[in-house]
Amino acid sequence: MSYRSPLGRARGLGSAKQGTHHFWIQRVTAVALIPLVLWFVYSIAQLPSADYEAVRWWVHAPSVAVALVLFVSCVLYHSLLGVQVVIEDYVAGEGAKITALLLSKFVHVVAAVAGIFAVLKIALT
Amino acid sequence: MSTPASNKNLPQRPLSPFMIGPYYKPQMTSMLSITHRLTGLGLSFGALLLVVWLSCLAAGPECYAVIAPHLAAWYGKLVIFAFTWSLLYHFCNGIRHLMWDLGKGLDLPTAEKTGYAVIFASLGLTAGVFALSLT
Repeated sequence: MSYRSPLGRARGLGSAKQGTHHFWIQRVTAVALIPLVLWFVYSIAQLPSADYEAVRWWVHAPSVAVALVLFVSCVLYHSLLGVQVVIEDYVAGEGAKITALLLSKFVHVVAAVAGIFAVLKIALT
Repeated sequence: MSTPASNKNLPQRPLSPFMIGPYYKPQMTSMLSITHRLTGLGLSFGALLLVVWLSCLAAGPECYAVIAPHLAAWYGKLVIFAFTWSLLYHFCNGIRHLMWDLGKGLDLPTAEKTGYAVIFASLGLTAGVFALSLT
């Protein structure tokens, strides 16, 4: 019994050779997040206060700004891949699934751009 | 709901049912697995809140003054506590997953041992983080 769909057989196309790309990038971002999460949690816990001036002064330091940009990018990329799998697993209708996947992708990209912009704005002003 | 089985144009592929409940009794390992997914989903919202927080910080003191009282309120502290534990749980269990990816610790006794280690490590680290934030 062939598991290929009639459309797949008609097109005669095989694997796009990117079957493990999602899996691999999820692991790459996971490994990158090991030091970044430790740094982020430790730094936030060490902040003298959550005042506007204190937090701005912290983000303004170049090393902190670079680490924050990396943290925000890796977190949102890792989150995008994870949320995609959850939607694919639990949203059954094809229309609802594609809508949810598109919405998730847009929200993640907008959040990443906004987060990186905010950090750079503080660091460069 | 359109499942592959109800669509006559597609071959009758085997389906993967949701196992916990009708087929499997809940076990520690499966509960940790679903907790990994739930904390991951929660942390996605946490990431959005982090971006809101950074954006308000960049926008100026007036904008930051709108969210600062919520962060200091009891419910804000509760949310921060929940995100801290979720992040540290997902972090510890994520390392357990990376170890499995290397083919290590896949046998049941080890998986149960590392499972308990993840529970205690995430709680211990959360307590440590809050002790550090109070000093």
